[in-house]
Amino acid sequence: MDDFFVRALLAAGGIALVAAPLGCFIVWRRMAYFGDTLAHSSLLGVALSLAADVPLIPAVFTVSLAVALTLVVLQRREWVSTDALLGLLSHASLAIGLVVFALLERPSAYLAEMLLGDILTVSQRDIVLIFSVALAVAVVLLLAWRPLIAMTVNHDLAEAEGQNPVLAHVLLVVMMAAVIAVAIQIVGVLLITAMLIIPAVTARRFAARPETMVLFAVGFAVLATQVGLWGSLQWDTPSGPSIVVASLAVFLVSLAVSRGRHA
Amino acid sequence: MSTTDNTESLVQLHNAGLREQGRWRVRGISLRVRAGEIVTLIGPNGSGKSTTAKLALGLLTPSEGRAERRPGLRVGYVPQALAIDAAMPMSVDRFMRLSNRLDENTLVEALESTGVANLRHEPVTALSGGQYQRVLIARAIAREPDLLVLDEPVQGVDLPGEAALYQLIADIRRERGCGVLMISHDLHVVMAATDQVVCLNGHVCCHGAPRAVAEDPAYQALYGKLSPALAVYTHHHDHEHLPDGSVRQIDNNASPGCGHDHG
Repeated sequence: MDDFFVRALLAAGGIALVAAPLGCFIVWRRMAYFGDTLAHSSLLGVALSLAADVPLIPAVFTVSLAVALTLVVLQRREWVSTDALLGLLSHASLAIGLVVFALLERPSAYLAEMLLGDILTVSQRDIVLIFSVALAVAVVLLLAWRPLIAMTVNHDLAEAEGQNPVLAHVLLVVMMAAVIAVAIQIVGVLLITAMLIIPAVTARRFAARPETMVLFAVGFAVLATQVGLWGSLQWDTPSGPSIVVASLAVFLVSLAVSRGRHA
Repeated sequence: MSTTDNTESLVQLHNAGLREQGRWRVRGISLRVRAGEIVTLIGPNGSGKSTTAKLALGLLTPSEGRAERRPGLRVGYVPQALAIDAAMPMSVDRFMRLSNRLDENTLVEALESTGVANLRHEPVTALSGGQYQRVLIARAIAREPDLLVLDEPVQGVDLPGEAALYQLIADIRRERGCGVLMISHDLHVVMAATDQVVCLNGHVCCHGAPRAVAEDPAYQALYGKLSPALAVYTHHHDHEHLPDGSVRQIDNNASPGCGHDHG
């Protein structure tokens, strides 16, 4: 196996480990559109990193986080629906990102890479960064697990019972921005939300508790990234869509399996 | 009953008001819940009962006046509407442990006290409205709280169950000496098991011992004006449900402590 491919497998596996639990929160809290908004704003981050010649991942993280926190603040004002706010931020940041890209006059292949993901781009430094982020996210998830779940079930209940749901929400948003930033090279802007959500949806039917759902989701996510990347190498297809297709295949197989079990 | 002035105050509102979108939701609310005391908020829909409870819990910050809670106060809360998304796998057992660890005995005892121990391993989303309320009450009790805040705790519960649950709340107060802040839209149901009644209609329209409130012209005007049928029904029950001895006892105990000009 080639080195670049091993690096890609490792990177994607590391991302899947923490993307899956966050994907569960996206599903539980109905934040799919929010995930898309973060992903779209990450393209703006890519464009700005090129324009200002700063490293990609920190730039994407900063821009996604800024957009996410803007949203958290605006949401509290309640002057317009969250859905409309997301539409505004999501497409505005995507549009600005595309305009900046055009102004930079980069070859369009580079834009396609960023939209769809590319396994050739993962360096050794990226792997270290990905696993550092994965470790940090895993630690935060473990430490803040109870307030995160309590807040997901009901904000008021969690707060009345001594948890800090606002802090939990901010932590969740920061973790999502971080994971999206490190995932963007491999999965691409367009399909990152799908990579987060599909394993969680697949896991739902196998779980009676949130913790079990997360474990199943991690398993499905790791499986999908490995199979997807293998397909990407085999048929020379872009890595992001390949991973998502593999994820969908896992979902369909699991559907058949659980149908079969119930029959 | 232990409603003397030197009993510890758990939560207190001083002339509290909440202004939202240019409108006062509630204003001029003063109330106090002491250890071992049951205070019931009554009032028509939209009169600010839930808002008042949230001010007392610290879920909302008063725009004027003050809310004081004893430091380290442990709260058990039954909110009025708590829908759990079907995407979240949540058994009754897991739901009971949402905000804190629970040992086996406490958990089982709490579920048994509200008559739902047999539902322990059911998914929360499969419960009926009344069963779900019983689980919510069991959760609040299992936390062994200093203060129970119950927002329409028996909604959806059948009539015999309703009486049993009110009895349970009174028993828990007696056994554990916790304070209870309860919301009901109907005075007659909670009359026997409550020490203080606060009748709300955006402001405190009257308060005092249950009988004093029932006889207060402001209460009669409010319920009479809003629904003559309900007023007749309520007053009919006031007289039926209160044997002279017990009424006098509640009255005597409450009046020195509350210091308001009723009856």
